Amino acid sequence: MFISTGSGDPSFKGFTLVMPAVSVGNVGQLAVDLLISTLNMPKVGYLHTDCLIPMAGNNPYATCAEDASQLSTNAEVYSHSDLKLAVLQIRTPIIQTKVRSFRKLLVSWIKSCGFVKTVLLSSSHAYQRDDRQLLGTSLRYLLTPPLQKLEVQRVEELGWREMERISLFPDIPDSEQRLYIPGGGVTKALYTDCCTEDISMAVVLIFCSEGDNIADAFMLINHLNEWLHLLEKPTQGSVKWRVPPSWRLLFGSGIPPLLF
Amino acid sequence: MATFFGEVLSVYSRAVEEDDDDDLTQNEEDEEIRREIEEKRSVCVQWMSQTDKRSVSCSHLIIAVGLNATGFTSAYVLSCGGWSAVGRVSLWNERSHSSSRTDAAPAPGQPACVLYQQEHNPSVMMCVCTCYVAEDQLFQWAEEVLGCVQKRALTVTVLSDCVLAEYKASDYLSGNSTPFLRALKTATYTGAVACPLLEQPNIITGLSAAVLSHCQVHQIPAVVYQCYSDVTHPDSVTMETYKAALTGVSAAVKMNLCPTSDILQKFTRASDVQSNLYT
Repeated sequence: MFISTGSGDPSFKGFTLVMPAVSVGNVGQLAVDLLISTLNMPKVGYLHTDCLIPMAGNNPYATCAEDASQLSTNAEVYSHSDLKLAVLQIRTPIIQTKVRSFRKLLVSWIKSCGFVKTVLLSSSHAYQRDDRQLLGTSLRYLLTPPLQKLEVQRVEELGWREMERISLFPDIPDSEQRLYIPGGGVTKALYTDCCTEDISMAVVLIFCSEGDNIADAFMLINHLNEWLHLLEKPTQGSVKWRVPPSWRLLFGSGIPPLLF
Repeated sequence: MATFFGEVLSVYSRAVEEDDDDDLTQNEEDEEIRREIEEKRSVCVQWMSQTDKRSVSCSHLIIAVGLNATGFTSAYVLSCGGWSAVGRVSLWNERSHSSSRTDAAPAPGQPACVLYQQEHNPSVMMCVCTCYVAEDQLFQWAEEVLGCVQKRALTVTVLSDCVLAEYKASDYLSGNSTPFLRALKTATYTGAVACPLLEQPNIITGLSAAVLSHCQVHQIPAVVYQCYSDVTHPDSVTMETYKAALTGVSAAVKMNLCPTSDILQKFTRASDVQSNLYT
């Protein structure tokens, strides 16, 4: 259930929604963190649901001591009205028995908000790639039929590669082809839901392995920026993304000084 | 996965495995079994007397979770007297069988989740939770407990335990700085906070996080005091740390500041060394 932080519900008419799938290496979530932090997006509401594991902490995007004490929860919505951009950040895994109802909740929320398009940032196990997928870029996309009509030309101009369908029985010609996104969490199911519900959705994903996935997050968000132009790319070098303070101490606390 | 220091960790994937069964159409029997399990795992508040306690208005609710926090409330607050058990939260999961929905109250010493009310000031309530609440029950627990009382300028205080290993800081923490308290508060909480706020990138999970999230979205003033301790069993030094947390509600809650060792022993007995090489 969406609960607004203000008095009235914010209007998302004509907005683009960017959200992560909780997937391998949490790349989608890290990329969304970069987006919220760099664009300094204000929080507009919570997605308060029993489908996610509860979690709370202080402001992950704090820029000064004053705003550090704002509480943040497991699923929050941020908005940027000039860019007509809404971002949903999900910070905890989905409870395994409630995956289905979480998808239902997302689909109905996306529908009720009237987003122009939804972008799902995701990842998939690098070690499960097939021969075709091992060549070239590690980034892939998927578009639902309503979005395909509008955007397929644009992404082809950018040289993006569509996620390959895998044969159900390899080496047997004419065997059934299907979508296979191992480690992608709800990615495949949510994409399928959006296809049947006629929702304009794009999946942008990266093949990666679990570990320090910061580099993957930068790759994914730069890739998305090529398409959506959320931040202007400088003529030299790449976009300067702001790493949020919550990424500190990724490998644990300080080391005992007596070790040395 | 190998870390920066080379040790190999077995990490579980946060991405739930792609479950192809999910795509299959489910039959009625599956659906029924699922519904029954869900029903069995539901959380509900049971009042001990027959009267409808839904009319009870509450101005202070103190929730204690974890062995040290519940030990503290039992030894320092409940032992003063003037509290009566009025209800309990009944739930069933793989680790809490005893608190299943039966009419019989759990035996003393058994893990349970009991609601107490102050006798001379009935708007002050305390919830002492010693039983395990599963991840899928946390959200409902917060909804049920906070929904079972009428809120009259309600302030929620949560005391909870955490192991020091979960605490991240850029400076190395030596053993003599523990135990210590860290707080988290909702946007509507305006009262004083007795200790520093929890620093990023630290987070809280579990029951305290569920209660705090519920209060944040429903604009109920709430504060969580998390005690970080490096002792694995409940101990009196850790329990004493919580004294600072209750100073904010000291007007409403009387504390026994120096409980006798007999009382303390009751709540720390679990840590008796069973046997080791030297004894």
